[in-house]
Amino acid sequence: MGTIRHFIHFALGSLRIVTRGNLLYWLWVGLLLVLIAAGGVAYSRQLGEGLITTNMRDQVSWAFYIGNFTFLVGVAAAAVLLVIPAYVYHWKPIKEVVILGELLAIASIVMCGLFVLVDVGHPERLWHLIPGLGLLNVPSSLLAWDVIVLNGYLVLNFVIVTYLLFSLYRGRTPAKAFFLPLVLFSIPAAIAIHTVTAFLYNGMPARPFWNASILAPRFLASAFCSGPAVLLILMQLLRRFTRFEIDDRAIWKVAELMAYAMFVNLFLLGAEVFKDVYSNTEHLIHMRYMFVGIGEHKAIVPYMWLSVFCSFVAFLLFLVPATRRNTITLNVGCVLIWLGVYLEKGMGLVIPGLTPDTLGEIYEYFPSQVELWVAAGIFSVGFLVFTLMVKVATPIMLGEFALDRRPGQPAPVAH
Amino acid sequence: MRIALLLLPLMGLVSAACDESHVQVHWSHFTQEPGAQTQPEESRIEVPPPPFTEGVFPCTDCHDPEIPTNTKRRPMKTAHTEFTLKHDEEHRWCLDCHDTKDRDKLHLASGEVIEFTESYRLCGQCHGDKYRDWRAGVHGRRSGQWNGHKTYLLCVHCHNSHAPAFQPLKPEPVPVRPTERKP
Amino acid sequence: MTRSCNGPTTAGVPAGACTGCAGSQPPVHAAQPLPSRREFLCVAAGCAAAATTAGCTDLTHTGWFRERFRDLGADEKAGILADLAKEHSERFHKPVTVGAEPPLPGVEFGYALDISRCIGCRRCVYACVEENNQSRDPQVHWIRVLEMEKDKGIDFAHANAYYDAEKVPRPGHFYLPVQCQQCQNPPCVKSCPVGATWQEPDGIIVVDYDWCIGCRCCMSACPYGARHFNFAEPEIPAEQMNPKTHYLGNRPRMKGVVEKCTFCIQRVRNGRYPACVEVCPVGARKFGNLRDPNSEIRYILEHKRVFVLKTELNTRPRFFYFYGV
Repeated sequence: MGTIRHFIHFALGSLRIVTRGNLLYWLWVGLLLVLIAAGGVAYSRQLGEGLITTNMRDQVSWAFYIGNFTFLVGVAAAAVLLVIPAYVYHWKPIKEVVILGELLAIASIVMCGLFVLVDVGHPERLWHLIPGLGLLNVPSSLLAWDVIVLNGYLVLNFVIVTYLLFSLYRGRTPAKAFFLPLVLFSIPAAIAIHTVTAFLYNGMPARPFWNASILAPRFLASAFCSGPAVLLILMQLLRRFTRFEIDDRAIWKVAELMAYAMFVNLFLLGAEVFKDVYSNTEHLIHMRYMFVGIGEHKAIVPYMWLSVFCSFVAFLLFLVPATRRNTITLNVGCVLIWLGVYLEKGMGLVIPGLTPDTLGEIYEYFPSQVELWVAAGIFSVGFLVFTLMVKVATPIMLGEFALDRRPGQPAPVAH
Repeated sequence: MRIALLLLPLMGLVSAACDESHVQVHWSHFTQEPGAQTQPEESRIEVPPPPFTEGVFPCTDCHDPEIPTNTKRRPMKTAHTEFTLKHDEEHRWCLDCHDTKDRDKLHLASGEVIEFTESYRLCGQCHGDKYRDWRAGVHGRRSGQWNGHKTYLLCVHCHNSHAPAFQPLKPEPVPVRPTERKP
Repeated sequence: MTRSCNGPTTAGVPAGACTGCAGSQPPVHAAQPLPSRREFLCVAAGCAAAATTAGCTDLTHTGWFRERFRDLGADEKAGILADLAKEHSERFHKPVTVGAEPPLPGVEFGYALDISRCIGCRRCVYACVEENNQSRDPQVHWIRVLEMEKDKGIDFAHANAYYDAEKVPRPGHFYLPVQCQQCQNPPCVKSCPVGATWQEPDGIIVVDYDWCIGCRCCMSACPYGARHFNFAEPEIPAEQMNPKTHYLGNRPRMKGVVEKCTFCIQRVRNGRYPACVEVCPVGARKFGNLRDPNSEIRYILEHKRVFVLKTELNTRPRFFYFYGV
């Protein structure tokens, strides 16, 4: 019974924390709420008129939404994969890194779910996916597998993070026997979600651009760059605005690991480009559409070169010790990596994979206003979820929000 | 000629035997089951009436059988000037197909007189491969049921017998491009 | 599995192939001894305890709670078909029938298209639209006729579906119409996360429009661009609507679902030829039963040289192309 009472206290206290904050906090939350509302308006228009409000058509039947979904699966996976270096290098704030990583994973999976929701033609029928009530087409459908692993991953991270935070809140040492196996299990699970998502594309011989066995490794390599990039910025922000301590060396180490991951990512990209360009078969056409365009169709070409440029510069910044240790170049690198991988996954995977279509038709896709607003809304939901969770988690990790404080006493919130 | 005629049934046998083995070897995965099978074609084929130009048939309305036919090959000057023969015209003319004596009929190379509804036999004399495919339902259009009664079209329903090359058609509208449809 | 079909549309189906058919009688909603998934959902959704009351049954027919069509019992199917027929009759102001004729025993459909004859006139495209009640706006075409250059052969990279000509065929070009290839090894069926599309015993690949969630996985998986999505509410002029429909075929669709060629399931299961076969002015389109050695399609397979599109993908189409000359 005590646990339940404690949990109610914990929940109420959390609510108190998220409803209090300084001007900067409220400006941020307000901005997100405005964007969410705008996204909601755009989505209601899409629901009413149909997906005709997007620029997707039969020729390019998956696009911006699914690209964002894919990118965010990577973020979700990689955030947790940071646990590995944290263990290997015995960082002091290991719990904190684990918690922040898993919070980011939760927020990302929430966004993933929303991007799938807005992409389907009949969101009200999604119950058809629930085994028992509906019909989940396993083992043959990879999207069905993706539903399983993503939901499983969401639950797993939610359980771990809630358990850790609640234990800290109650002033107890988390039982390693309980959470360590879960944390360790979340590592292969993180690899699994991104691998299954890669296989979703990979398993379609109709689309030669995706039907390359290098795809899953590439997904993992690029995710290893984009996920930690967010966390690096976040750790610095927390260090700045709270008493949260994190050693510079941990940050540098993550940046160094990201440089290696980016090297692998660029190497794998190069391997793909070589195979397509040198063999010069009809399959080269997708790569051509991506990097040089076909005839007058070159809408995504500048974005693809920008992606390569960002990734390459970030790789250099993180490779050279002096630049990865400099706060400015480090953060520039993080932004470049994020942008590079976002363009690569968000546009460079899905759109060239479907252009030209299976019968050679070129329909030049570019996201519509509705798609951009809906996506902005979803990202805002994700940022909001993440902000609120971090707002609660930080004082717990710092021991400022705990059970032994008298009820009613305002929690000393950092900010 | 006679040798060829003798050979024909023989070739038929050979090809039938060959077909049998094809069925066994290549199409064994479409397992044969009883029912839902069509019967082999009967020799006489059901066709809709030939597409005569309005008012030209019966030919005896103009061609009085009592008047002897001028069998000299010559260009048409008074009647039938509405078309030019573009059908191996160097070698053939009207009376190679239209019967001299029975003006409402056609005749085969053998001299056998046939009805216009059997004109496919006449075409089939030269276009043997097309005739074979047509009988099998593969050349030309058939209507009716895939598993039952079928009606064939005569060769002349699609090909003008005097100028049989298929004429180009105006196509149906161009599909709407994906870029043309906005919400 | 028992299949049902409704009465008014079973012409041409051999007697006995249609056991458990509800005929033209009004639908019967028999109480079942065990609560079905549907009833469970009804209860879960807060329906009255008597889950077989009319209100809830209506919900399950065309509404949100309905099970996948192929999993339903015969009388439930009959009820749904009757409801749909009523709904569409009211909407289009004419008597509409919605059938569910089952596959014929011993039949596996095959199609062959003579690319030496096709002239690219697009008659098939529009006959298909009219027969199968495709949306006129946004335009949905189940058949795409590609114009190809003779000196390039079958090369999709140089294909053009938007050729605009006074007369066809244009010199130097040939035409390759593409529609659902009814693969024996269909990648679309494999990819569907909810099993809303499947292959029937006669080889036709169908979609349950009321079960499809509209994720478009099948469209990415299809190598032939044969699947089409209703990006907006389909628009069919009432006077042009074909009232003879099949549940898994040409019944009017809703926005947000995927549709495709079914070889005109509503016609071929009654012995008729698909609309595209009948309309083709050059007789390039051939259709029949692959298991019948006397069929046209078997004649083509055995006497002509045929090929299928994208052989390397091992989809094993039942749609063959051949050179008739």
